[in-house]
Amino acid sequence: MSTPTSEIIDRCQALFDDLNFTYAREWKAAVPGRVVVGYMPFYVPREIIHAAGGLPLGVLGGGEQLEVIQGDAYYQSYICRIPRSTIELGVTNRLDFVDAMLFPSICDVIRNLSGMWKIMFPKVKSRYFDVPQNFADKVGGTFYIHELNELRALLAEATGREVTDDAIRASIALFNENRALVREVYAFRARTPWKAPSAEVYLLMRAGMVLAVEEHSRMLREYLVAAAAEDRPKRDNSRVVVTGAFCEQPPLNLIKSIELSGCYIVDDDFMLVNRWEQSDVPTEGDPLANLSNAYLHNSASTSAKYEPDRAKKGLFLVEAVRRTHAEGVIFATPSFCDPALLDRPMQQRVLAEHGIPYIAFKYAENSGQMQPIREQAGTFADSIKLWSAA
Amino acid sequence: MNAARTVEVAKDSSMLKQKEMISGNYRKLENAVADGRKVAATFVPGNLNELIMCFDVVNNLPEINAIQNGLRKKTGGYIMEAEKRGHSEDVCTYVKADLGMIAKGNIGPDGQKLPDPDLLLLSYTGCFTFMKWFELLRDQYKCETAMLHVPYQGDGQISKNMISYVVKQMKEEVIPKLERVSGVKFDIDRLRENLARSAKAEEDFVWVLESAKAKPSPIDAYFGGVYYIGPIFTAFRGTQDAVEYYRLLRAEIAERLAAGQGPVTPAGDMPAERYRLVVEGPPNWTSFRDFWKMFYEEGAVVVASTYTKVGGLYDQGFRHDPAKPLESLAEYCLGCYTNRNLPARIDLIEQYMEEYQADGLLINSIKSCNSFSAGQLLMLREIEKRTGKPAAFIESDLVDPRYFSPANIKNRLESYFQMVDQRRAGGKSVPARAA
Ligand code: SF4
Ligand code: SF4
Repeated sequence: MSTPTSEIIDRCQALFDDLNFTYAREWKAAVPGRVVVGYMPFYVPREIIHAAGGLPLGVLGGGEQLEVIQGDAYYQSYICRIPRSTIELGVTNRLDFVDAMLFPSICDVIRNLSGMWKIMFPKVKSRYFDVPQNFADKVGGTFYIHELNELRALLAEATGREVTDDAIRASIALFNENRALVREVYAFRARTPWKAPSAEVYLLMRAGMVLAVEEHSRMLREYLVAAAAEDRPKRDNSRVVVTGAFCEQPPLNLIKSIELSGCYIVDDDFMLVNRWEQSDVPTEGDPLANLSNAYLHNSASTSAKYEPDRAKKGLFLVEAVRRTHAEGVIFATPSFCDPALLDRPMQQRVLAEHGIPYIAFKYAENSGQMQPIREQAGTFADSIKLWSAA
Repeated sequence: MNAARTVEVAKDSSMLKQKEMISGNYRKLENAVADGRKVAATFVPGNLNELIMCFDVVNNLPEINAIQNGLRKKTGGYIMEAEKRGHSEDVCTYVKADLGMIAKGNIGPDGQKLPDPDLLLLSYTGCFTFMKWFELLRDQYKCETAMLHVPYQGDGQISKNMISYVVKQMKEEVIPKLERVSGVKFDIDRLRENLARSAKAEEDFVWVLESAKAKPSPIDAYFGGVYYIGPIFTAFRGTQDAVEYYRLLRAEIAERLAAGQGPVTPAGDMPAERYRLVVEGPPNWTSFRDFWKMFYEEGAVVVASTYTKVGGLYDQGFRHDPAKPLESLAEYCLGCYTNRNLPARIDLIEQYMEEYQADGLLINSIKSCNSFSAGQLLMLREIEKRTGKPAAFIESDLVDPRYFSPANIKNRLESYFQMVDQRRAGGKSVPARAA
């Protein structure tokens, strides 16, 4: 008998609610010498952390549960929420077991936070993780492989042992498997969204930010079996893609509200890290070159990445709409999120050219009032239906 | 001719020279199409002016247009126009001032139509917004875009990997595109000559900045400083005009220094220097004069500022070097102020506080600019902790008049100056100052 979805999701919810990261603490304590490496959204090569014997731990802000008291003293009102709630997690010792923190190159806020972390938590190995915006192998690729090597060295220093090519290859294989399962869950939801509510899929993916990859893959497999076996009522919802939420996460209630208002979310950009590479990374040959190739030529498109070709701007989103047979796009963007908000008009231009309807709103990770969003999404769902009936 | 009169004349000559240079560049832009010259748009931090000059391409700097329009109080309308067209109220107002200006016919600050760029040279240094800004412009102009990705100094150092990455991009991306757009072949000797002129101007520029170590300081290194950085941060670095400008400026300041004079302000000579400040963050442009007045009326002079380092930290020893032209350009791009990590920025401010014998730090936090602003409250704490000197925090915006609240800022400044007085008096309260 398979585990019911409710049981799996209850576990995910408990992990999501646990801002003391008990799982990661226990994982670390279980074997002496283990290290935990935190990372901010949206992308870091988790394979290298895993190969070093470390646990990659996604730090995605404090969400709606965390009361931010001290964190607010570090940020002006016009800066998004995630850095302040992350500082709050730090100063309240919730991350005191984390050995290293990685700050990927997503925007100036995360960039500056990397330096703040160095000052505020000097015992933690903090690193700004730069990725190339030049996508030629010999230019951006060479730079990137060098960065990957530096990360490898940092992890070797943290663990006191070398991170071998073989170990990285083995980790790539595990993460390939995990990403394939993630893609499968997304494809399953796109096919039968009533069987995989978005709040469930969201929690499942969030679990992947804190669990060991092997365990998360097991969980995804179980969920796929359980969800396929369960009968759930199919509603006459519109199908939408949610975009813009790749960093500061929306409150879980917001995701639920979108669905309750009559929209099935059939694709999204929450937590791009587990869907970054679009297909398997080769496990033969130089593992860092393979990771670099995957980054340069086969990764998700997001506002934090430069698009060298104007003609391709926005097509990643259009492609997501086509692939999932979505009928519209919801731009759900954190307030004050420069990359997402600056990108939005260009994405909207491309959608309009392709005749894809959209709406846009902003949120904060601790937004409480869902009524306006429910109304807006509800009206959008209705208009999509009217539009397609016309 | 008396001494004061000499200074007056000398002051005029550098200012006039700069005015002439700026309007000359706008004229070049306006006539570019008629003259058959190509136009590149690029950013201030990490700009490659010496390289652009090698291709006879005219340089248009959208940030400077936004500043100039801000000073002329035109940006409020432009920003609203951009917001009407779907740009978020949350994002950088330089971008919106630029897009709004384009939407309203692309009339430049001096009232003439600006040409469409032939090349967007995206020097991605120290600010994430730059990347999106030029993607937005490319969406409008549909022209060639060259991306120069300058890695961030996350660990506070410039590595060999970073330099070689930037140099490679110049060789494989930037120079070929400049050649293609301009039809001019790249000549490295020409670049060397330009760089040699840059270094000359940089020398005099640093001398001017460092004159503020004197008491009283003969310059204001923020309000006056934004004029002094004009040529070297923009379309003139590497020109003979810039060499000439800094030579004149240095001579003028040397005279003021010798005469024991303070800075020149819009109201004439500065009254006696009472407070020496270091300022972090860009100024507000739409109320620039009013903002400045709040300082000089109180006898507050800014002796060092970080904003005057966004286009290079020459005072820390960097010079463009004709002996290693591309590497030197790469090093320049990597070293700009906002490309340094937060600990390095704090160290620099601490150094300024000490070397320029400042009484305190003032942070002007800009709503638009995450690159500058995110982390400034920690800077403030750290500087207070390290130096024992008081720091203050005010908030405004660059070119959005909606976020400049004169009464609030004035109040803040007044209480800050009182705090400095108290600190000087060893924590004892001091009698209220005469109004
Ligand atoms: S929410 Fe946006 S602005 Fe804030 S840290 Fe994330 S990417 Fe940066
Ligand atoms: S965010 Fe700051 S540095 Fe970037 S363009 Fe705007 S004002 Fe300039």
